[in-house]
Amino acid sequence: MKQIHVNNITEAVKNSCLEANYRLPSDVMNALETAAASEPFKPAAGILNRIVENHHLAAKGVYPICQDTGIVFVLVELGQEVHIEGGSLEEAINEGVRQGYGQGFLRKSVVGDPIQRVNTGDNTPAAIQWRVVPGDQLRVVIAPKGFGSENMSRLKMLKPSDGLQGVEDFILETVELAGSNPCPPIVIGVGIGGTFDLVAGLAKRALMRPLDEAHHDPYYQALEASLLEKVNATGIGPQGFGGKTTALAVRIEAYPTHIAGLPVAVNINCHAARHVEFTL
Amino acid sequence: MMEKTENIQKDIRITAPLSREQALELKAGDSVLISGVIYTARDAAHKRMVETLDQGGDLPFDVRDAIVYYVGPSPARPGNVIGSAGPTTSGRMDAYAPRLLDLGLRGMIGKGARNQGVIDAIVRNEAVYFAAIGGGAAVIADSIKSMEVIAFEELGAEAVRRLEVVDLPAIVAIDSTGANYYDIGRRAYLAERDGAAGDVTDAAGAGEGDEV
Ligand code: SF4
Repeated sequence: MKQIHVNNITEAVKNSCLEANYRLPSDVMNALETAAASEPFKPAAGILNRIVENHHLAAKGVYPICQDTGIVFVLVELGQEVHIEGGSLEEAINEGVRQGYGQGFLRKSVVGDPIQRVNTGDNTPAAIQWRVVPGDQLRVVIAPKGFGSENMSRLKMLKPSDGLQGVEDFILETVELAGSNPCPPIVIGVGIGGTFDLVAGLAKRALMRPLDEAHHDPYYQALEASLLEKVNATGIGPQGFGGKTTALAVRIEAYPTHIAGLPVAVNINCHAARHVEFTL
Repeated sequence: MMEKTENIQKDIRITAPLSREQALELKAGDSVLISGVIYTARDAAHKRMVETLDQGGDLPFDVRDAIVYYVGPSPARPGNVIGSAGPTTSGRMDAYAPRLLDLGLRGMIGKGARNQGVIDAIVRNEAVYFAAIGGGAAVIADSIKSMEVIAFEELGAEAVRRLEVVDLPAIVAIDSTGANYYDIGRRAYLAERDGAAGDVTDAAGAGEGDEV
């Protein structure tokens, strides 16, 4: 059994929070640069170039990519042969967030209670999705999530008879309703199947797949490509001012579901699609 | 001061506070560079300002001809004026904006579409809604030269701040006549795309040598 001390986890989470908020990962940068070069609508290409310029400036380490440094989404894949020592894993993660957001001059955007709304002052707690997996490694993805885009996300329990058409209609309707609000170009995470709770998690996890990594299943790989084409035919464009580049990618995660249901969730992310991962 | 030219790509320099005359000259889709004094307020500050008005109190700044920027900046590093400072979603301020516009507010900077109530209030008061690039926060921070918290300090990032800005880049999203660039821009792209549908080479060529 492999031993991992909580102090190492805290340190890695802290460093990932700093990295994620100042340096957009290369998969997203490449997608943005490609989009800027191939955008046919002149004003839209200009906006995309401005966005690329912003992310280069942020990488110098003075100003974060976006002032909304997000609530920290954390995907934890804990190998079942790992033993965590020295304290609570959850507290170690939150301590890493606390240190990273303090040291990095990052905005504290979390309120302790959703109704009473008092800021916790240190951007904790993180929003953690736990998975136990085979093996002896701890894999963690740190993804600060802005709420301009999170607020535009939706979930619906479709009927099996709605089929693929129903899923596509719901995705396109969600993109249309989101319009200019989620800072397009966006990245669209789609969960299909499972249960009410599971499908939202699938959509979020879909957003964690790097933009240059194809879906392992050819059926979903093709569906992602055709959906991206449909989204980019809407003409919403960068910032909602018209253009081809409404989305950089559509990512899908599917899971078995009940004979009576077809849950679908659409989690929208902005072009500031920050994500950093580490493995211990 | 206005430097309006025929070239739509050229940035128009405007100063804040924004006079009625400047506001009337701006057209949806214009690129502008804003210099002067502006004020920040987002969700919580708007709620507090409207509560203050309800109780017969005064706003923390002179609202006449003012420009309000919907932003909650990240903390400043030592030696810096401010942290990143891009726009937040304006739609959440739609419930409050007409009240401030009717008191003389001349401009708003944010991101995303506004509802009909806000558009009507913009037209009624000859005001302008500017969109800054959402997620363009580092570039915008560079244009902010001074920052002072003037009200609701306890709200942290949401406090009301007085900013001095030089050449803050934005786009006229809704002009004083109610023309809405979210509709106009999208229609223009679709028309260009569908007009050029038979000739893909031409459509691609239109994107060359661009700069906004
Ligand atoms: S949606 Fe994304 S880019 Fe836009 S303000 Fe929020 S975090 Fe920043």
